[in-house]
Amino acid sequence: MADKVLDAKGLNCPLPILKAKKALKDVPDGGTLEVLSTDPGSVADFQAFCRTTGNELVEHSEEGGVYSFLIRKA
Amino acid sequence: MSEETGANAIDPNTMSIIVTKGSLDWAYPPFILGTTAAAMGLEVTMFFTFYGLPLLLKKMDLKVTPLGNAAMKMPMMGGHMVMPNIVAAIPGVDAMASKMMKNLIKKNGVASIEDLRDLAVEADVRMIGCQMTMDLFDYQADEMIDGIEVGGAATYIEVATKSHINLFI
Repeated sequence: MADKVLDAKGLNCPLPILKAKKALKDVPDGGTLEVLSTDPGSVADFQAFCRTTGNELVEHSEEGGVYSFLIRKA
Repeated sequence: MSEETGANAIDPNTMSIIVTKGSLDWAYPPFILGTTAAAMGLEVTMFFTFYGLPLLLKKMDLKVTPLGNAAMKMPMMGGHMVMPNIVAAIPGVDAMASKMMKNLIKKNGVASIEDLRDLAVEADVRMIGCQMTMDLFDYQADEMIDGIEVGGAATYIEVATKSHINLFI
């Protein structure tokens, strides 16, 4: 279970990233944030976001058009 | 040349954007890239000049025009519609197209420019209004949102010399 869950379903680029960045502020270092999104572009974007910011994309998956990303805060 | 001003001294996590267009469609790229870069830890400066300057006004009234825009294909009745210039020139068509675009934006979960600008302010994006444009088009400082700076070409060039990524939109 993630420390915090962000529901970004229905939002389009760049809102899932911007809201995830904000939500990460409430997550302790080493803690996790789970992001739910319906934007197919967020798959590539969360990978790029994590590579650039140093946060770890622990896993991502898709089920029924909903993408789920588990991010560990650096 | 001192080490501090050498090319190697430029922080890769810095970006500047010159914002020159202020229509509803063209307002998106600079604000999307500016806010996203800030979210990814970059230090971002946006310089608003000419038709980009009104994007700093407290009260924005953004419009889009299909006139002369051959690439603007609005989704309609299962297809895409390009508006002939002779139709686009009719009074009221711009207002209709702007309303259609705003509906599409809402329907697709795309942020409004007002929201993106608020997010940029919140993310400490440095925003500079062009003094010459303010003089030219008669805009006053008190019409602009709080927290912005006013400067000229030299102010921007100084930023550009210290930014790894410099965009002109």
